[in-house]
Formats: sequence, structure tokens, C-alpha cells
Amino acid sequence: MGSTRVYMDHAATTDVLQPVVEAVTEQMLLGGNPSSLHSAGRRARATVEAAREKIAAAAGCDPAEVIFTSGGTEADNLAVKGTFWKRHSADATKNRILVSSIEHHAVGDTAEWLETHEGAVIDWIPVDEDGLVKPETVRELIEKNPDDVALLTVMWANNEVGAIQPIAELAEIAAEYGIPMHTDAVQAFGAVPVNFRNSGVATMAISGHKIGGPMGIGALIATRSAALDPVLHGGGQERSVRSGTIDAASIAGFGVAAAWASEHLAEESRRIGQLRNRIINRVREEIPGAVLRGPEPETDLELIEKGPSRRLPNNAHFTFTGCEGDSLLFLLDMAGVESSTGSACNAGVPRPSHVLLAMGLSEETARGAQRFTLGHSSTVDDVDRLLDALPTAFNQANQAGLAAHTPNAELWH
Amino acid sequence: MKILAAMSGGVDSAVAAARAVEAGHDVVGVHLALSRMPGTLRTGSRGCCTIEDSMDARRVCDQLGIPFYVWDFSERFKEDVVDDFVSEYEHGRTPNPCMRCNEKIKFAALLEKAVALGFDAVVTGHYAKVISDEAGNRELHRAATWAKDQSYVLGVLTHEQLKHAWFPLADTPSKDLVRAEAAERGFSVAKKPDSYDICFIPEGDTRAWLEEHIEMQPGDIKDTEGNVLGQHPGSHAYTVGQRKGLAIGRPAPDGKPRFVLEIRPKTNEVIVGSRDLLDIDEIRGIRTTWAGLPVAEVADFLAQQPRLGARSAEFDITAQVRAHADPVASTAHMEWVEDDEAEDGAGLRLEVVVGIKEELRGVSPGQTLVMYQGTRVLGQATINRAYSLKRADIAA
Repeated sequence: MGSTRVYMDHAATTDVLQPVVEAVTEQMLLGGNPSSLHSAGRRARATVEAAREKIAAAAGCDPAEVIFTSGGTEADNLAVKGTFWKRHSADATKNRILVSSIEHHAVGDTAEWLETHEGAVIDWIPVDEDGLVKPETVRELIEKNPDDVALLTVMWANNEVGAIQPIAELAEIAAEYGIPMHTDAVQAFGAVPVNFRNSGVATMAISGHKIGGPMGIGALIATRSAALDPVLHGGGQERSVRSGTIDAASIAGFGVAAAWASEHLAEESRRIGQLRNRIINRVREEIPGAVLRGPEPETDLELIEKGPSRRLPNNAHFTFTGCEGDSLLFLLDMAGVESSTGSACNAGVPRPSHVLLAMGLSEETARGAQRFTLGHSSTVDDVDRLLDALPTAFNQANQAGLAAHTPNAELWH
Repeated sequence: MKILAAMSGGVDSAVAAARAVEAGHDVVGVHLALSRMPGTLRTGSRGCCTIEDSMDARRVCDQLGIPFYVWDFSERFKEDVVDDFVSEYEHGRTPNPCMRCNEKIKFAALLEKAVALGFDAVVTGHYAKVISDEAGNRELHRAATWAKDQSYVLGVLTHEQLKHAWFPLADTPSKDLVRAEAAERGFSVAKKPDSYDICFIPEGDTRAWLEEHIEMQPGDIKDTEGNVLGQHPGSHAYTVGQRKGLAIGRPAPDGKPRFVLEIRPKTNEVIVGSRDLLDIDEIRGIRTTWAGLPVAEVADFLAQQPRLGARSAEFDITAQVRAHADPVASTAHMEWVEDDEAEDGAGLRLEVVVGIKEELRGVSPGQTLVMYQGTRVLGQATINRAYSLKRADIAA
């Protein structure tokens, strides 16, 4: 992404790995439709299935449990709609969806669509001030009426504040009541150990471009027993629940990225976590108006001894008192540092983050959010250049924030 | 200079930004997100509040090779423009939300933020001209072509704001030339239709929108002698000059039709009378601002101690009361009057009193009066009252 600029937005997308580029171009040049029966088709199919195996190995599932999709959003849609439709049509009393209040829009808006159009009832699961779902809260919500719950969905790790959720515990509770659980693991997969089988969830969404693979490819991991109605109808290429010509080239790249991420996860999560800690420690020291949001990160020592378990190792998220996030983003961008106000998915219209509001922050505080996320290509030089630029940007954004909130009557009127 | 180009997504602001880039400035494009629930696509003739508009602005910036950002001003917009619009209507005034947006958002909130972030000026696609005298004082003037002139909606700008404002389309004689220039530059917005409607009101149906947002306050319909002729369900449903739908039982003594002459916000009264009383002789404006240094008559007056009844020397102006109305020859003076809107009933209020020398009709309180001398914008005021001096209740 350009060597002269500092890229601090790897949670939005990260650099594509060189071997991924090679695998994608190789398959593009080879061509062939994986569903064709002739030799070109079989060759493409072999590429797809080899990639499926790599992804299954990285995600802790069987290859047959991998359903390729166009990305995380489609995987989330398939899981949430597909599960709800299946269970609601079999038993009309099952109409309640338990959704964490910090979900990505791919899950949250899908649930809301079901509420508006399909008679679903949403129970939003509150989070604590660190952005964590408490298992006992989920149990209480289920206990309201265990028989009417169609689905529980809680993301593995939050994309804005990096909070890693107690997925296995939640899945165990859901299992007690026979409720299928979905988890959006788009941010967690490749960043922290993610094992589908051990987690106990029914479905799990992952994405290619967050781990150095291509954009436009992802997968829903679904147990063999997970019952799903399709969202896209057609040739039924993927397990009869996902139609559309199989994108062999992207899948080839996804497979390479998944294998790379899995192989390097232990060392990378420690390396990136320590870079991240360098950001957090220095910002806390030098900018008194900055407050870290999300769970307290593992210390360098904890990272080395145990690896990350509370917070995504690549995530540093702050609110800057008296600043507007878009001012900070602008000033940092001008200084050559690329960051984010939280999530890049709001169609270019900045709004206070629903995640921060769910954590109990005021709209005004939430407006001062800035997220710095690291990736496989991040270096200590990147971090230091961010830290060099940040204090000046903070001071100027702070002044602009004051101007925006208390119009200077003397000057203008 | 470091320039912030405010990009609505329309053709004018696109060309304005392009000219700023071409002049060698360091330009950044900013689209203001003003709606909390922006539509995805434009409908009707709306043109600055949808995601499609934001994408149009972004494409232009890509083509110009300048950075582009969307800044969220929806909270300020709601408070300062939408809520103000409702409140003005509730008080029987007919506001111009585009002027309020210029005053409070584009040239206040945005400009202040821009200056704080290190910009020297804000560029927009308005058709108006800022000129500078030898001493560096700014004056706001009409654009080269009367038909496109937008100096009226910029009348709210103060001297300080003018120092940081630049309108590169000032001397372009026609919109066709701007469109041609946009097409030549390869901008997809070259043929984009103009926006006329109020951006936050869907389908341009102001009446229906207001009914959803305003509680109707019934009040009296009176003649100019003060006789109560009937009741109205809410004064905002009336416009000055309106004849039909007055629902007055009794006919006028002279048998002639009656028209709405005035809406009195303070008492929630609708005053009706004969057609000849529609001609406005005098306008009283409040909340006056000066687009540059005030004229000498006003500057001298403001230097004196406020005193009830004190008046400035008279000065000649042309007065314009709507964006596309013809300006009318007038005289004006400032006057300290009793502040009848003050909570405690005490205190003084500064009014501008304008004597209209030509025919002028259909003026409602809340409209903006912009004062000109030649092509120069002197300043503006919010119209509080407008009336014929032949009216019985005014003469008294």
C-alpha cells in the first residue's frame, strides 16, 4: 500500500501476501469451471478442494464444512437468514434471535431485516464497558423462553475495539437448550487461535482479505448438521446452499493466505501484539486526553507466555477527548498515516459507533474515536511514525473540536 | 493557499474545486453529511443529501487528484437548520433554510473547523463575488450574471467569514458554461440536474412535512380594524397574499375579497384586508448582519450609546426579499426600539427600517431582507414585520 505511507487500518483490509498473488494469477491463467466435468474443470476443482482443505485445517473444521461465499457479509447473511428461515418454517414459535449489541452490520442489519420482514423478534444482548458479552446475560435471555429462540449470534472478536468474546462458553450454554449459535469470526480468524470444532458453534463466518487473501472471497463454516435455507438460489454449487460459479482463483489465494496465517499465527500474534502495546503505552503516556477502549490488552510478557486471549493483538482503539474522529483521521492522513474512526462499512457517512454506544459511551465521546490496527506488513518504524504524528494531530483536532462545539461568536458574528 | 472545497456533489461545486486546483492551491474536497438517514439514491430534484451525491463528489475529487472526506455535520444541521426551520414556522415566520445552512453550517461550523485544521479558505460553487479594497477589507458583490446571482443567500456572511470565503464561479456568465467546463473536464456530474427543493424535505412537499412536525396553534383572523373575523387552525398554513381558504363567515363590509396581509407570530394572528393593502410600504428587520464593514451611516450610529427611539441617518438601498425576486429601490435607517420579544419585557432591540419606494407584495415574516447598494451586498436582516402604511392598524 505504498512504502512512504504508514498504513494503520489492517482491520479494514490488509496487504495481499505475495504467494497469494501468485496462486490467484496461476489459477486465472489455467482457467476452468470447477463444476465442469472435463479435464479443465477437474483441474480447477482440484485447486478449489486443495484450498478447502487448507482453510479447514486453519479453521479447525472438516473440508466438507467449508461453504465458499463472496465474503464475510454473505457468510453472515447465509448463517443468520438461513438458520432463522429453516427453524422458523419448521416451528413457527421459534422466532427470537439473540444478537449481541456489538455485531458487525453484516449480522446486526440482517437480524433487523428479519425483524422487519419475516416476523423475527430481536433481543439485543448488552455488553459491559469493555465490550464483552457476559455468559450469564445470555442464559437469562434464553431463559425468558428457551423454546422460542431460533438463533444466538455473537461475534468472535469485535472489529472496532478488539474484544474477544467467550465463544466456547456461550456455545455451551446455547447447546444446553438446543439452540444453534453463529459467530462472525472475520476479525478473529488468522489473528488469534480459532478452532471451529472446539468452539461448539454451529456456523462461523470468515473472510479472505482480512488475512492477506483476495477481496470478494470468504466462507461460512457450518457443521454437517447445521440446517440452512439458501440465500442465493441457482446451481447449488456449494453444498446446495450457496449458488454461483465457484471462484477458483480467489479460493486458491484464500487457501494460501489461510495456510500462511495459521503457520505464522503464534509468532505473528506476539510480534504484532508487542507493536500494538508500544502504541498503547506511548499514547497513554503522551496524550492524557486519550482513553483506550475495549479490554485491557495482554502485556508483552503475557503475549510471550500465553498469547492473546482478551483483545485482538492488532487492535488499538482510543477515544480522544474533545476531538472529532474525522478531524483526527484527516490530520493523520495529511501527515501520511492511514487510520480509521472505527469501521469502514458505513458507506462513507460517519456516525457515532453503535459498538461504543453499546459500551455506554456518550455520542460526544464516541465521536472522538480512532482505531489503529496492525497487520503482517506492519513494522516498528510504522508505529514510531504514527506516534510521531499523533500528538500534533491530537492538539490540532482538539482545537478544531472546541471550535465546532462552541462557535466563536466574537469572531464570526 | 490551503483550500477546503465544500462539495455538494453538484456541478457548480465540482467546477469551483477544479478551478481552485488549477489556480495552484492545495485543495481538499469535503462533502458534508447533513442527514442522519441519508437516502441511497437521489429522488426528484433533490441534490445534496444522498449517498449518490457523496459518491459524485468523491468521483470529482478522484479525477482532480485531490483528497476527499465526508464530515458529519448532521447533529449541527438538525439543531441549526431543521429545528430552526420548524421553530420559525411555529412562530409564524417563513424561514429560508438554505440561508440558515450557509450561515450556521457552511460558513460557520465548517469554516471554523477548516480554519482550526489549518485551511486558509473555504471554496463553494456559489455565484457571487468577494472583492478586497486597498485596506484589505472585503466586500460581497453580485455575480457577473443577474440570472445566476446567488449573493442573496450569502447575505448572512460576516466580514470575518468573507475573509475566508472564495467563490470561483463569480465571473462565469452562465450555468451552461459551467456545465460545458464540467463536461470538458470529464465530470460525470456535468449534466446533473439542479436542486431546488429543501434538501431535508422528501418529494418537495413542505406543507405535508410541516404538518408532521408542527403542532397547530389555533388563533384569530382579524381585519385591520382589529375585529375578529374568524379562527385559523394554525398560522403556518397561511401565506401572505393568500385569498382562498380563509374560512371567514362574514363578508367584508365593502363586499370586496379579502387577502392575508400579515401573519403576526407573537400574537398568532392572521391579519386580512383588501387587495390594495397588500402593497408593502415598510419592512422592519431584526438580527441584522453586515457583509463586510457597515456603511458609514450605520457605523456612526453603532458607535453611539443605544437609546430608545434613536435613529441612524438614512441611506439608499435596493431591497431584495427572496432569492429570485427583483430588488426594489428603498431607503433604510437603523432604530433602537422596545424589545417586545424579550422575556422580561425590558431592553432595546436594534431594527432596520426599510421604506419601499416601488411595488412590493407577498412578504412574510421570517424571510430574509438583503440590502444592496449597486452590486454590493451591504448586509441582511430577518423580516419581523412588513405592511402597508395605509392600514388602519398601522397608521394608529
